[in-house]
Amino acid sequence: MSYGQPAFDDRMSTVDFDVAERAHITVDSEVCRSCRTTDCVYACPAKLFVPTSDGGILFNYEQCFECGTCYQVCSGNGALSWTYPDGGHGVAFRKG
Amino acid sequence: MAEHAGPGTRSAVITAPPQREVDVVVVGAGPAGSAAALEVARAGHSVVLLERGPYPGAKNVYGGVVYGRVLDELVPRWWEQMPVQRWVTRRSTMIMTPTQALTVDFRTQAWGGPPYNGATAHRSDLDGWLAGLAEKEGAVVVPSTVATGLLRSAEGAVVGVRTDRPDGDLTAKVVIACDGVNSFLAKEAGMFAGKPAGHVTLGVKETLRLPREVVDERFGVTGRDGVDIEILGCTGGIPGGGFLYTNLDSVSVGVVVDPHGLAARKIRPEELVAELKRHPAVEPLVRGGELLEYSAHLIPEGGYDTMPDLVGDGFLVAGDAAAMCLAAGIWLEGVNFAIGAGMYAGRAAVDAIRAKDTSKAGLASYRRMLDESFVLGDHRKLRRVPGLVLGQRVQQDYPALLCDLAQGLFHVDNPRPKPGLFKLMRRVMKWHGIKARDLLSDALTGVRSFG
Ligand SMILES: Cc1cc2nc3c(=O)[nH]c(=O)nc-3n(C[C@H](O)[C@H](O)[C@H](O)COP(=O)(O)OP(=O)(O)OC[C@H]3O[C@@H](n4cnc5c(N)ncnc54)[C@H](O)[C@@H]3O)c2cc1C
Ligand code: SF4
Ligand code: SF4
Repeated sequence: MSYGQPAFDDRMSTVDFDVAERAHITVDSEVCRSCRTTDCVYACPAKLFVPTSDGGILFNYEQCFECGTCYQVCSGNGALSWTYPDGGHGVAFRKG
Repeated sequence: MAEHAGPGTRSAVITAPPQREVDVVVVGAGPAGSAAALEVARAGHSVVLLERGPYPGAKNVYGGVVYGRVLDELVPRWWEQMPVQRWVTRRSTMIMTPTQALTVDFRTQAWGGPPYNGATAHRSDLDGWLAGLAEKEGAVVVPSTVATGLLRSAEGAVVGVRTDRPDGDLTAKVVIACDGVNSFLAKEAGMFAGKPAGHVTLGVKETLRLPREVVDERFGVTGRDGVDIEILGCTGGIPGGGFLYTNLDSVSVGVVVDPHGLAARKIRPEELVAELKRHPAVEPLVRGGELLEYSAHLIPEGGYDTMPDLVGDGFLVAGDAAAMCLAAGIWLEGVNFAIGAGMYAGRAAVDAIRAKDTSKAGLASYRRMLDESFVLGDHRKLRRVPGLVLGQRVQQDYPALLCDLAQGLFHVDNPRPKPGLFKLMRRVMKWHGIKARDLLSDALTGVRSFG
């Protein structure tokens, strides 16, 4: 993105996370290979779903907003296993 | 039973001890949960308020305006203590196309003094304040704790929650689910059975720092006065809308969109915010703002027809968990509905406990109180608005129509004679391929809903 908008990493660096060891969301890249919409790639506000060259999805849970968008839009049966992080972990917005 | 909260959790069946540990467990320290806990504690009953974040508000995001009238009933002279950024004395609706903007701008100083109307506030401040009020009345606030599922009796009545703490089962006479838009507890309790799948939109927001004097000057306000602007036609054809609100020395700007529409257009939400910030009507207002926080959250936007059942045996649902959010065009309100619903849920729980009947029948006064108040009153009245406002015509055709109409009226083109309004209207409708029949039917739906 040009237009003087912050780079995505700078954008995410404005948010605090207490990253837990447990991955509260996991993605089965095998299932994603047959996904035609890849809605998650566009809709995840934290841009955590990255298409790989072999047609799968690379996912990183660490900077997740816990919004629920991915499990709401995911068309792939059982691609996502979605939970909230354990108490106190995960995102902590200061302004909201 | 799952040890984490998420879709598809199942309840644990326990033999309910005759003596429950607390009278009421409230799940979620958002506005709904804190209002519920406050009412229960005030009535002298024991109540635990569970919150999965490290502090109330840590997980929560909204546009930024609280409409405070409902607080009159909950917190006398609330305006003297609420952590407010600015008081809203000016409300605008901006209807835009990529190069045009038509703004309806309303200002009243009546909202700039007690008892006030709307205020901007940060969620971490607001939610912390509300939870603090409940705590002062005796509620026990337990942060950093996830309710991972319901405890049920053999008969199916809710008798408590399981949490992710060691020995984390907590039994209660009534559980009030205020766990927000994803409400896994309401789903687990079967409250959505037979309902249409609730429609959610994704809200994405930037908080931009600007010096206080700059905010004052650009938005034409002084002192603690502030502005809220709701925007239609700024989401690139994806159903949704936008907002721009003033804080003391920052502004909040963002969009609310149908998440499926993003993939269909192959565009990401932060790009829509960037586009909005570049719009010629918005750029002069946000220029130079330094990004303080980027955030996002879902909104239950389906309205009345997508609400779950609200009362079960030993169980109540309030706020976003029950889709009680009004997000349609000129409105973006949920905190006031959440506070109202939480307050009535708390009262209904107290009544039921006193009458020693916390069954569905014993808790039924909750639904009655909601029906008689603005909470379900407004939602019932506006039940058709989500469909209308999220439809193609209101999203794209009408903004363009109205902007071109305004341009036609304001454009000075002499020596050619000025066009008559109706002629101009017909011409503009033809440009945009809008049928008089559709316009009339939408206008009627609008009048029936709004009138
Ligand atoms: C982008 C956006 C803009 C908005 N703008 C406005 C606005 O300007 N004005 C307005 O009035 N409304 C606005 N809303 C709507 C408003 O934010 C919501 O309607 C309101 O927050 C609902 O309150 P609630 O208490 O029901 O739920 P929430 O505020 O979502 O609170 C739910 C709480 O439950 C906790 N929780 C969830 N699950 C668990 C669990 N299993 N265990 C323990 N804790 C749990 C969460 O951490 C959270 O604190 C907006 C919403 C969004 C997303
Ligand atoms: S919950 Fe939200 S932020 Fe987290 S991965 Fe899913 S879409 Fe992205
Ligand atoms: S939408 Fe679901 S199945 Fe498709 S790529 Fe994303 S996670 Fe995988």
